[in-house]
Amino acid sequence: MTDAVLQTVGIHRPNLVKRAFSGSFLPVLVIVAAIILIWYVGAVSLNAKFQRGLDERANITPTTIEFIDSTLNQERPVLPSPHQVAENIWDTVFNKKITSKRSLVYHAGVTLSSTLLGFLMGTALGILLATIIVHVISMEKSLMPWVITSQTIPILAIAPMVILVLDAVGVRGLLPKALISTYLSFFPITVGMVKGLRSPDKMNLDLMRTYSANKWQTFWKLRWPSSLPYLFTSMKVAIAISLVGAIVGELPTGAVAGLGARLLSGSYYGQTVLIWSALLMAAFCAAMLVALVGVADKMVRKRMGEKAEQRP
Amino acid sequence: MNSVETTTPADPKGQSKSVIQVDDLSLTFETNDGPVHALANIDLTVSEGDFVSFIGPSGCGKTTLLRVIADLEKPTGGGIAVNGLTPEEARLKRAYGYVFQAAALYPWRTIEKNLALPLEIMGLSKDEQRVRIEKNLELVNLTGFEKKFPWQLSGGMQQRASIARALAVEPDLLLMDEPFGALDEIVRDHLNEQLLKLWRKTNKTVVFVTHSIPEAVFLSTKIVVMSPRPGRVYDVIDCNLPRDRSLDSRETPEFLEIAHRVREGLRAGHSYDD
Repeated sequence: MTDAVLQTVGIHRPNLVKRAFSGSFLPVLVIVAAIILIWYVGAVSLNAKFQRGLDERANITPTTIEFIDSTLNQERPVLPSPHQVAENIWDTVFNKKITSKRSLVYHAGVTLSSTLLGFLMGTALGILLATIIVHVISMEKSLMPWVITSQTIPILAIAPMVILVLDAVGVRGLLPKALISTYLSFFPITVGMVKGLRSPDKMNLDLMRTYSANKWQTFWKLRWPSSLPYLFTSMKVAIAISLVGAIVGELPTGAVAGLGARLLSGSYYGQTVLIWSALLMAAFCAAMLVALVGVADKMVRKRMGEKAEQRP
Repeated sequence: MNSVETTTPADPKGQSKSVIQVDDLSLTFETNDGPVHALANIDLTVSEGDFVSFIGPSGCGKTTLLRVIADLEKPTGGGIAVNGLTPEEARLKRAYGYVFQAAALYPWRTIEKNLALPLEIMGLSKDEQRVRIEKNLELVNLTGFEKKFPWQLSGGMQQRASIARALAVEPDLLLMDEPFGALDEIVRDHLNEQLLKLWRKTNKTVVFVTHSIPEAVFLSTKIVVMSPRPGRVYDVIDCNLPRDRSLDSRETPEFLEIAHRVREGLRAGHSYDD
């Protein structure tokens, strides 16, 4: 057996290319490179028309290299090139004080705070609804349709109304935006938790019955721990759409801070570079939030003694 | 030779208290294809200290009868008393420990925490919990595995942990539903011996569901032979082998004679029909 182990090690260790392919590093790199390449090609072709007009008016006949170079460095391009966006992000993240309105970190922070508040409220509401649905049989038929209907209304339609109504009763600031996030994020939590809280099999439920455990004990000692894998999966979806909710919530109010505000002002003034760096920042935040939930998931699974090989 | 209970229970002390009393019990499930008679006209007495096995082919209602005793199913006719109470009252008083076909340990709890589960529900103090966990793990030879998670144990060890969990409640009555059915024969023989020792040591009343004739004869003081469609008691066989049996006693003529009688009962009850 040791021979076999040595042999496999012997085959794999020197073969760096093979190792790079078997890991996730190389595939990720290839995909990123491909996206950047497509982006550059898109930038050149989309900005070419405007550049040609500019050149004609200025009576310049540039070489191909010069032409491509200028399409990638316009001040208000249709599609800004990756390095323009990267430069802008670098500048607004690292060269500005984070308390400054010009700092992207400041705006991301504003959006993140309402995202997190909305996500926490949405998770709590989702768990509460799921618990009610699982324990009260009539609720499955009477409550669930409303939960589903709520998600068929476009958020863009309902967001301005929520914010206006709340403004009229004097609720301003973080909470109205957070409520849009809540509105979006409670849904996957409810659906996931209804399934999760029902996941214990009959034998485990019978076991609780033989101990004459009450509903409360059955919930905390059996249903809740069984539902945790479902909860974390739903939370990954919920936190990403919470961010979407927070950004959408910033649009109709003409908010002065937040990534949504940044998108809005970018489109007012035709600052496409600004829009794209805000978009990329939003994507980065979403990825970080999902990763954070993933880390929490892993920690909980480890504490719950899950087998190492069962972890995805 | 029919189902009516006439013989006095095998107990050297003579008259002993009846733990389970079943009178003309029946249970009919209403299904879309019409009623299914899971149990019909069951009469049965289980006395204190007995080790009673229900044996029969699948579909004869042996598990259903055990579940009725445990108040996991409600009978549709007849009477049943557990410790002189209704099954529900007995369940609420935690009068029995139930061992399922699978170990049903909670995978997120360590072995000691699994044993603590019923004790937490009963509201025992942490100290009392620790004492009971230690005592019962020792009883099933699992000392040293307190901190392990269920998946780190073999199937046989998991089932032993689940027996310890049932014993931790300290019931006088132990209900076991084919607890070793999923294990291989070597492990099963070993656990049968251990269970017998445990029973002698603790003096509990045990009701044991099985479909293995050697297992039933080896363990029991009384064997209830059941037959299917509808589920009913065909024969009750006293099994008066000495209490300190070993696996070797399976070769003795007395053992083989009882095993033969069980097999005859099963055949006459049409258990071997196609």
